[in-house]
Amino acid sequence: MSITNTIPPLTGTITVDVPVERAFRVFTDAFGSWWPAEYHIGQADMAAAILEPRAGGRWYEQGVDGSECDWGRVLTWEPPHRLVVTWQINGQWKYDPNPEHASEIEVRFTADGPDQTTVELKHRRLERLVDGQALRDGITGGGGWTSLLELFAKAATNQA
Amino acid sequence: MGLLGDPTRRAIFELLARRPSTVGELAQQLPITRSAVSQHLRVLKDGGLVVSRAEGTRRIYRLNPDGVTALRVYLDRIWEEALTAFGKAAQAARVDPEQEDA
Repeated sequence: MSITNTIPPLTGTITVDVPVERAFRVFTDAFGSWWPAEYHIGQADMAAAILEPRAGGRWYEQGVDGSECDWGRVLTWEPPHRLVVTWQINGQWKYDPNPEHASEIEVRFTADGPDQTTVELKHRRLERLVDGQALRDGITGGGGWTSLLELFAKAATNQA
Repeated sequence: MGLLGDPTRRAIFELLARRPSTVGELAQQLPITRSAVSQHLRVLKDGGLVVSRAEGTRRIYRLNPDGVTALRVYLDRIWEEALTAFGKAAQAARVDPEQEDA
């Protein structure tokens, strides 16, 4: 069976009233300050989420117990306009170290003016996550999706 | 992409993630009628998140094991929330000049 077809990328856009340099800095340096804490993969509650500011840098979370869980790697570091990181979290909500199963997130920062920036996010190569098969196993096995959906449900409740 | 935007539909999706179920089993766990459950299931099926198969006289619903759509919908929601949170953080950085030297 083949599920190697390309899956359309996910996209998102937001415009913020800050200069492009600051938008880039908030997105990267202060990543842990805004990333929704409900979305994490470690067993322990998340204490910090860190995006290392260089190509080849790690993208990971730290638990309150000091444990660390990788999410991906920084592929492209071009402040203040472009950032590409891998997303290697599969359907079982686990880090998949195999780079061939890595999806990619590209974030572009465009100055609309001195104090306005448009941030465009594209999550692509999603088929690579699926080709890892873990997604399928996770759904049919129940465990992975159950825990993932519990996080999701928690997030939804907190929002209400 | 409003498939999981509806709270009842999300609840059904979450219940099916835990265990494949019939309409009756879902209705028992939710404050809605069987016919309302069926309507939501139809939307989830049309959206590719859920599949069903007949087992004797029962029809069992479960998440689509192909999972591509489910993953997309789920990640889409994460990014929507994350970008909104980022926007708030960036706006906050605008009104706080201290941030400049941080």
